[in-house]
Amino acid sequence: MSTTAVTETVAVSLAGVSKVYGRGGSAVRALEQVTLTSAPGEFTCLIGASGCGKSTLLSLVAGLDRPTGGEITVNGRVALMFQEPGLFPWLTAAGNVELALRARKVPRAERKARTLELLDAVQLGGFGAKRPHELSGGMRQRVALARALAQDADVLLMDEPFGALDAMTRDLLHDELDRVRERVGRRLTILFVTHNVREAVRLGDRVVLLSSRPGQVIEEYPVPIERPRRMDSAPVAELASVITDRLRAEVSRHGN
Amino acid sequence: MATDTTLAGLDALELAPAGHGTDAAERARRFWAALWPKVAAIALVWVVWELIHLTGWKKFVLPGPGVTLHNLWDQAQTGLLWKAIGITLERAVIGYALAVAIGIVVGLLVARIPPLRAAVGSLITGLQTLPSAAWIPFAIILFSLDNTAIIFIIVMATAPAIANGVIAGVDYIPPLLLKSAKVMGLRGLGLTWHLVMPAALPTFMASLKQGWAFTWHALLTAELLVLVAGEPSIGQLFAADQDQTDMPSTIAVMIVILILGVLVDALFSRANNAIRKRWGLT
Repeated sequence: MSTTAVTETVAVSLAGVSKVYGRGGSAVRALEQVTLTSAPGEFTCLIGASGCGKSTLLSLVAGLDRPTGGEITVNGRVALMFQEPGLFPWLTAAGNVELALRARKVPRAERKARTLELLDAVQLGGFGAKRPHELSGGMRQRVALARALAQDADVLLMDEPFGALDAMTRDLLHDELDRVRERVGRRLTILFVTHNVREAVRLGDRVVLLSSRPGQVIEEYPVPIERPRRMDSAPVAELASVITDRLRAEVSRHGN
Repeated sequence: MATDTTLAGLDALELAPAGHGTDAAERARRFWAALWPKVAAIALVWVVWELIHLTGWKKFVLPGPGVTLHNLWDQAQTGLLWKAIGITLERAVIGYALAVAIGIVVGLLVARIPPLRAAVGSLITGLQTLPSAAWIPFAIILFSLDNTAIIFIIVMATAPAIANGVIAGVDYIPPLLLKSAKVMGLRGLGLTWHLVMPAALPTFMASLKQGWAFTWHALLTAELLVLVAGEPSIGQLFAADQDQTDMPSTIAVMIVILILGVLVDALFSRANNAIRKRWGLT
């Protein structure tokens, strides 16, 4: 009834965004007329088959690439995580996190303490002195997460960050990601790309289904399942199967 | 709660077991494993050399290993050989250091600035293929017979190889690392210092070693021809031996150069291994 002063702004907004690679006959339409908004603190999972331009979309939001058409608005700082951790092998785990702090000019005196805090946040407090190659895949990905958090981002873009991990590690990192979101204490908006439907339902407040070649938003599914969630729970599986059916229908379209 | 302990358990399981300690016996074994092939190789060369000597081939000019090593021993007693080694090494180190500094700066600039690369990229490779002897007349006319000429020749021979090494190192930086650094907000000099230089290091190490070989080649060529009065050098010893057809002494000096080469190579291997270990490439 009475509208309270809701200062609900938008964290990320894409309005009619298109991206074409190449020119003329060989041009590839990666994204076409994608319109999408994320509220601050919202966890949005983007899902689609190959060629849906998921990674392109994240690159555009991260500002690594420019859209061919449309408008992208990002309120705040952006950090990006990939399937590979992309840690710098010549630095220790702590060194990697600290470099991100340094890049945004955090004073030297603060850096050490902040680094330790961030490593603690991903439960790697005791591993700061290790080099990336001395850590397991899951641990490296957590260092990468700490490094992303060190960028003090308001928007965290994750491009299949757990795609290369074994099932058990991935499940634990899902829980970890939930905890980290609570711990950072600010409204961290996440855009999470995956091709694992269950993972999307397990993590997201909302799952956005994209079509392939060109990538377009074909359906949005809110995820009204209470947290904490488990990937193997019935409600997650149920919604996942609905989305999977829709995804399969979209994929079969390309077989004809 | 449960998640924390499971995660910690997984971490403990996944971490490689602590490296097996290197005790004295292990170290001795490794030392021996590295040593014996070298000793065997030297012994083999000695035997073959002795056999050639025994056949009497060119026996008036080609000494056997015994005579040669005796000559080397005698030379080592005089101050001249050591002084020559000292002066030659000093030139090598100064020339090499200058070449590395110039090569790194030029290499980074060319690698990071596309128009500059288009302009001088192939010129650097061209310079690298230019034999160092080709610089000698130029250097002598420009600087006359002194140390500067020799250093100049070393730099011209070595710096292009170093610059090319930097360029190759930069080109082979994994794109993911570059992307990560850019997302972090590293730009310009910060990007060069924190990402480009360390990431290019492994490839660059190979060119440092190659550069040292160029330095040696250029230096000995230069010393044979640019005779600086009052400054005995290895090249000068060669020149004197050649004048006096002193074959034992000539071979003895060659052995000295080989030994120096092996020692420097050991230094480079050590640096290289340290980097590989750091990066987890071993």
